[in-house]
Amino acid sequence: MMTYIWVGLAGMIGALGRYYLGLAVTFGWIGGFPVGTLLANLIGCFVLGWFTTFVVQRHIIQPQLATAISTGLIGSFTTFSTFSIETVQLITSAHWLSAGLYLLLSIGGGLLLAGWGYQAGKRMTKKQVFPS
Amino acid sequence: MILHSLLVAIGGFFGAMGRFAVSNWGNHSQRTSFPYGTLAVNLLGSFALGIIVDFDWPAFWQFLLGTGFMGAFTTFSTYNIELIQRYEQRDKQTAILYLITSYVAGIGLAWLGMSLPL
Repeated sequence: MMTYIWVGLAGMIGALGRYYLGLAVTFGWIGGFPVGTLLANLIGCFVLGWFTTFVVQRHIIQPQLATAISTGLIGSFTTFSTFSIETVQLITSAHWLSAGLYLLLSIGGGLLLAGWGYQAGKRMTKKQVFPS
Repeated sequence: MILHSLLVAIGGFFGAMGRFAVSNWGNHSQRTSFPYGTLAVNLLGSFALGIIVDFDWPAFWQFLLGTGFMGAFTTFSTYNIELIQRYEQRDKQTAILYLITSYVAGIGLAWLGMSLPL
């Protein structure tokens, strides 16, 4: 199916975006803290939340394109595996504070930003339907 | 850096497709609201990345299989949106179970992969 190819191509962009963001923030680690991954993950959560309610759920673009952007691009821009590894690395290298902070920011931040994006998209939808 | 970009791009291409395939199988074929597909890729990917890091292969393979493939094979955004959606649908039990399982097993498997005697 062509959808797979679109998802793959969009995934390429997402992965590259994550890689470059990591490079941009001082090679991904600042003082032993994985800022690159955290930023990518939190940005991705917000954007996907917004995209889901403002675009996907309203069926205003082709399903294939919606899937490519959400599953492909944003899905690949964020990563769970790198987050898991980095958490373990922080723990095994006894950087307890950083490990705890990373977990807190990722778990809490992920939920908060996903929720905010989700709500932001909903609010923008309402403004469109009932312009004031 | 161009080579690294190429490797990340190629890995990302296949990683995204792989996740899409597993998600389609796991998130829809079961009759529950539990996103087994996303959970599967995140747990598999965390374990596999642990092994890749443990092997300490040359940078070529780290970029292709690690940053590229596993980075795209797993997802943090889809996972959190799935949590939000289940919470909004009053499916709180699923949300809590999904949250705890993903983080505990994900980090646990990453650690396991990294500590295998190789």
